[in-house]
Amino acid sequence: MNESLKRTPLYELHLKLGARMVPFGGWEMPVQYSGVIEEHRAVRQAAGLFDVSHMGEFEVRGPQALDLIQLISTNDAAKLAVGRVQYALMCYENGTVVDDILIYRLGEHRYWLVVNAGNTRKDWEWINAARERAGLTNLELIDRSDEIALLALQGPLAEEILQPLAPGAVLSQMAPFSLSTGVTVAGVQSLVISRTGYTGEDGFEIYVKAEDVAGLWEVLLEAGEEKGLLPCGLGARDTLRFEARLPLYGHEIGEQHNPLEAGLGFAVKLKKGVDFIGREALARLKEQGLTRKLVGIEMIDRGIPRQGYPVAVGGEVVGEVTTGSFSPTLEKNIALAYVPVAHSAVGTEVEVIIRGRALKARVVETPFYRSPHKR
Amino acid sequence: MANVPADLKYSKEHEWIRVEGNIGVVGITWFAQDQLGDVVFVEMPEVGRELKQNEQFGVVESVKTVSDLYCPVSGKVVEINTALENSPELINQDPYGEGWILKIELADPSELDSLLDAAAYEAFTKEG
Repeated sequence: MNESLKRTPLYELHLKLGARMVPFGGWEMPVQYSGVIEEHRAVRQAAGLFDVSHMGEFEVRGPQALDLIQLISTNDAAKLAVGRVQYALMCYENGTVVDDILIYRLGEHRYWLVVNAGNTRKDWEWINAARERAGLTNLELIDRSDEIALLALQGPLAEEILQPLAPGAVLSQMAPFSLSTGVTVAGVQSLVISRTGYTGEDGFEIYVKAEDVAGLWEVLLEAGEEKGLLPCGLGARDTLRFEARLPLYGHEIGEQHNPLEAGLGFAVKLKKGVDFIGREALARLKEQGLTRKLVGIEMIDRGIPRQGYPVAVGGEVVGEVTTGSFSPTLEKNIALAYVPVAHSAVGTEVEVIIRGRALKARVVETPFYRSPHKR
Repeated sequence: MANVPADLKYSKEHEWIRVEGNIGVVGITWFAQDQLGDVVFVEMPEVGRELKQNEQFGVVESVKTVSDLYCPVSGKVVEINTALENSPELINQDPYGEGWILKIELADPSELDSLLDAAAYEAFTKEG
């Protein structure tokens, strides 16, 4: 495998567990251990543990930290309380997407921005350039990606597995999108624990120092084993997030798409009171009305839609699949796709062109899956 | 770990063929299904179709990947494994048995000589 790929501190443990490693976003990551479908079902029914240490973490602190975040984020970080987490997008001036991020407010003037692994370098340069242009000097911006490792413990039994290992915390009191700092888990002092994830299930993301992650990984796997917890790779992470309609950079969002057509308007606060990069373009797009929309599609004919496959109506290509897969939970072949607004209503019949054949499909409600367990 | 039955012939595209008279049974190897992961879809040719050696005749898809299928010999498709339409996982569970994909009437049995035997195929899979 390519020598220049980065490895997380858990690389050797992944190999020991029989993981298949693949390149992803500049990293050599486990795509599966026992199998994508089995891992996917473990997360829906019990729990799964993911190494997502490849994610990037930037710390922003100081009196002007909020000013910088407000400038680059579509969401309104002024409304973000200490101890809470907020989903946001960073946009270009034309309203398309640099990346989607999570903003953690750790203190009065202290934030973390958690960014996609493959975008870490680009985002870092983007944020620094924005800071420079705005002349924001009264803050510190630190790339902590290399010193921080991240585990995602996801699934309906996540709390039950984690709580006995964290006697100093009351996890049942942690609301979705809340965070706690300094919680000791199995003797390891975590940096941050948040009730967040990328699977559509309840769960936690646990940020620790890179040197602490191997021990924690092994303790969590052992503690969860009898409850059905499995180590899970990026394969299951993708099918899980897809069923829950959570966007993935490079698929639903990117330089070709704006957050409004991606259905992420909830994270775009045009009236937050301060300007942000892309605001003008997004306001104009909103005023003009969308031309296309991201919709869910379910195959009627036999076939699996995949990213890039054309979507047609009456033989004419009108759109494109952004993510498509067999859905392990629904046991159907489904996709997310951009189509013109005129063809976006639930129930509309469309065709997906698969290897030259127009196969019947229909527009369906999303998310495809909504957890009965999620708080 | 590899599972390469001695009585079969193999292609470098990871298909196997078992010859019974002038009929060849074709499937994908244990190595191929292991590389693919959970198989969730198989597209097969119609019965009666004439295939040339190394012609693409269908696809096998796992959750994450789409992989083309190539016919190891020339001939006419006489049967397809319709059980795979509802149970594609048979390819993972029993790649050399219930996970067979099609039966073909051999047009030119001498083509079998161009295929790999078990030892050569096993060596081939280890080249990476």
